[in-house]
Amino acid sequence: MTQQILIAVIVLGALGILFAVVLYIVAQKFKVVEDPLIDEVAEVLPGANCGGCGKAGCRAFAEACVSQHSLEGLRCAPGGDAVAAKIAELLGCAVEQGEPQVAVVRCNPANCGDKRKSNYDGLRSCAFQNTVYTGESGCPFGCLGCGDCVAACQFDAIHMGENGVPVVDADKCTACGACAKACPRRIIELRNKGKKDRRVYVSCVNKEKGAVAMKTCANACIGCGKCAKVCPMEAITVEGNVSYIDYKKCIACRKCVTECPTKAIKDVGFPAPAVKPAPKPAEAPAAPVAEKVEIPVAEKVEVKN
Amino acid sequence: MSLLNISGSPHVHSDESTKKIMWRVNAALVPALLCAIAYFGINALLVSIVSVLACVLFQWLIEKFIMKVPSTVSDGSAVVTGLLLAFNVPATVDMLWIVVIGALVAIGIGKMSFGGLGKNPFNPAIVGRIFLLISFPVQMTTWPQVGGLFPMTFDVPTGATPLGAFKEGALGEGVTFMDAFLGHIGGSMGEVSAIAILLGAAYLCWKKIITWHIPVTFIGTAFVFSAILWLVNPETYMDPLMTILTGGIMLGACFMATDMVTSPMAKSGQLIFGFGCGLLTIIIRNWGSYPEGVSFAILIMNSVTPLLNRWCKPKRFAE
Amino acid sequence: MKTFRMGGVHPEENKISNDAAIEVVPVGKQMVVLMNQHLGAPATPVVQKGDKVKVGQLIGEAQAFMCANVHSPVSGTVLKVDTCKDAFGLAKPAVYITVEGDEWMETIDRTPDIKRECALEPKEIVAKLKEMGIVGLGGATFPAHIKYSVPEGKKAEYLIINAAECEPYLTSDYRVMMEHAEEVCIGVSILRKALGVPNAYIGIESNKPLAIKKMQETAKQFEGIIIEPLKVKYPQGAEKQLINAVTGRKVGSGKLPIDSGCVVSNLGTSFAVYEAIQKNKPLIENILTVTGKDLKTQHNCLVRIGTTYNEIISHTIGQLPESTGKVISGGTMMGKAVVNLDAPTVKGNSSVLVMMESEARRAPETNCIRCGKCASACPMGLEPYLFSLLVKNNRVEESKEHNILDCIECGCCFFSCPANKPLTDEIRLGKNRVRAMLAAKK
Repeated sequence: MTQQILIAVIVLGALGILFAVVLYIVAQKFKVVEDPLIDEVAEVLPGANCGGCGKAGCRAFAEACVSQHSLEGLRCAPGGDAVAAKIAELLGCAVEQGEPQVAVVRCNPANCGDKRKSNYDGLRSCAFQNTVYTGESGCPFGCLGCGDCVAACQFDAIHMGENGVPVVDADKCTACGACAKACPRRIIELRNKGKKDRRVYVSCVNKEKGAVAMKTCANACIGCGKCAKVCPMEAITVEGNVSYIDYKKCIACRKCVTECPTKAIKDVGFPAPAVKPAPKPAEAPAAPVAEKVEIPVAEKVEVKN
Repeated sequence: MSLLNISGSPHVHSDESTKKIMWRVNAALVPALLCAIAYFGINALLVSIVSVLACVLFQWLIEKFIMKVPSTVSDGSAVVTGLLLAFNVPATVDMLWIVVIGALVAIGIGKMSFGGLGKNPFNPAIVGRIFLLISFPVQMTTWPQVGGLFPMTFDVPTGATPLGAFKEGALGEGVTFMDAFLGHIGGSMGEVSAIAILLGAAYLCWKKIITWHIPVTFIGTAFVFSAILWLVNPETYMDPLMTILTGGIMLGACFMATDMVTSPMAKSGQLIFGFGCGLLTIIIRNWGSYPEGVSFAILIMNSVTPLLNRWCKPKRFAE
Repeated sequence: MKTFRMGGVHPEENKISNDAAIEVVPVGKQMVVLMNQHLGAPATPVVQKGDKVKVGQLIGEAQAFMCANVHSPVSGTVLKVDTCKDAFGLAKPAVYITVEGDEWMETIDRTPDIKRECALEPKEIVAKLKEMGIVGLGGATFPAHIKYSVPEGKKAEYLIINAAECEPYLTSDYRVMMEHAEEVCIGVSILRKALGVPNAYIGIESNKPLAIKKMQETAKQFEGIIIEPLKVKYPQGAEKQLINAVTGRKVGSGKLPIDSGCVVSNLGTSFAVYEAIQKNKPLIENILTVTGKDLKTQHNCLVRIGTTYNEIISHTIGQLPESTGKVISGGTMMGKAVVNLDAPTVKGNSSVLVMMESEARRAPETNCIRCGKCASACPMGLEPYLFSLLVKNNRVEESKEHNILDCIECGCCFFSCPANKPLTDEIRLGKNRVRAMLAAKK
């Protein structure tokens, strides 16, 4: 009996030692030398793996930071300046302060909802619908409304508005740019948040000639150039029948907003004018998405526009 | 004129739908149900009704209160599960409450926990049946004796199934092939009559809901394998014809193994699937501790289905 | 009876306009001619505002390799060279012509006599196809002169004419066979000569017995034209499937028909070839079917290219019925839904198909029950259900490995899916992604 126990102990012990040796050799041979800094950098990143930086994920971003030993050309949009500062501290390098940005949907819901010109009945994908036709609004440049951007957002910051055009929640948006990449019509742009979260932008990308664009959508930019003329900062350019406000030059004076004949230019974050009545649309409860939008009408305008 | 509809092609659809398929399967189960009522009487009818109602109710409750999605009970898949579950239990009074537990396991764990119809890896009815078999071994193997047609009493004498008797060493005495074919034998209520099951299977084949691949390979493999064993030693092993006519092979091969959701999609995969089911059934029957192995065989092959789908590709046009 | 080797479905045929003879739709007041009526780059306009043009005059020249000439379908004055919204609402370069009279180019032979002899050499035939702007009229509008210039090192052995007309509703090819059988056979002989192949096969589905009989009688007078009746199965008219049905050959993954020694043309193309080569008439007319279950009358009509959908509708059926839910250009399986009825028709349009609202909407999608019907129906032996999953999860590399690019978009998978999943749409999306990935790799 004792002998049997002894044999078992010896055999198992020998096996244990043998495996330990093998494991040690293998571990030595296939050792991956990795800078411990990568782990530390990865630790301070948000870990959402949103891909907004252009890398495959947060760890890939950390590797890139450590390998070039600076933050040049690398920016974690969701983390913002706070994360950049932490990484800079770990790497011991300087950090550029970037303006905080936010995604902006440059399309007016003027033609959606009840004003649809056709009924799209196929796969709920903007990328696919874009290959079929102009979309329900009839605008070949406008929002298709299937929500590819909503599906792409990792931060729950973009939702379909009740008019079929997505609405960005500026508080949640980290400007990772995933929605902008997902949009087949390149409607979504990353713009500076602006002082006090106030910003002005042209909410249209329709390149059709003025008359054609106006026929398509009442709020289309017709490229008339009136905005460019009133702009004191020369921040507005008109190219290909559509005007564009350079957010780096814009001082949010809102002269262009009042000038625009089609109300294509939107201002966000400014206190709502007192005179502006907020007529509650009678059919609002009928809209199926209404329950998701819990913000009262007046506030919602601020968030979205 | 309303707005023009726009979509990618094609602009027409065949009149097939999941609902149609499921209700046709239910129709195909009717002959076996009638047989069960004929042989086991009012008990069979009551167990079937309770089982179907329980399955439908559980699916409705889970969809309404747990998953919070629109109800899909009208697609008939819960009715299929309910009928198949009833077919897999003995038609006794005890089953009236036991089958409710089986329905909860079948629908709740076997189907809805994976996301509902189409997402379950295992046949829900088999999951329910095996749960009951393990949890209620006595009640699940108390088989009513077959007497005259349409027995209207609740208390029926009980006896062994041919397979059970064989396992105990008593070769099914007095059971003829004709009895087994028509269903005049002991067993679970839906599996006894081969002719009724084949009738339903023929209907499904005609409606192109199942193809011959799984049933034929399943039954064929079981027949050939048991024939080999029988030729080696007819004393220990059962007659091959009796093997496929008794127990659940017919029901399993025609209705449970052919479940679209849990069987492979490519024809080559279906052949392997049927072969595996047949082989495992005979192995479990002869060398396992249970007299019957169809449920276990199908369950095991269900788990292999994703792999078969990966390996067995349809033939490409250019090949 | 012959057919292709795997998959396929049998949608309701609905050839309700079979007996309507081809009628002529008159020319309107203004004509808009799009410059990209074919596969490839748009033609370059060679006329300017104020120019006088005649019927058949060149107005758009093919300058790129993959391009075809565009001719004026009417006589009159060029109003402007601008863009015009096509049937899907997208702006395309176009020439606007104000119609004045109906003055044809002198070179065009407008007599009704049938001209049988063709003295041109193969090279000259191909050059003339290019000059006349002939494109394939089966739907893909592939420029004919490219198709009939067999590349070095490859040899054409079979010429196959697609008269299967496997799409539901469409009857224009059927009418052409019934009314112009001899011209079609002359056209086929010319194409046969251009390729230098011994035999040309005309594949006709057996649901058109009168056309088969008529073509067989006519083909007797010609050398090397064989009529091949085919079993009714969709997509018989798809290039690879038709080759397989007629010759038994297979066209490999990513290969062209010419790699298997075959050239496939549509029946309508062969009629256009006859007119171009024998009558000097460029491709300025379309024969299309105006049909629909809810229409009081069914039509097959001859229209000048550039006539708008609305003009065709108002001439043939007056107006769209109240029940209209969808207007399709092409058949129900592969045609495209039209959104802009003011758009001009283009080369290759084969129908104006009006569907009722009740049949135009897709049923709601339900869970996949893994029945495998899509895979059995796929004529290319692919697995549509798998692509559906891969596309949903954006696994581009894997969809390529499973040969997603082999898909011919015939629609059999969606047609047969009991769960109503938009499989064909998903596969198209997946194909686009794979192509984008391959382009990015280059």
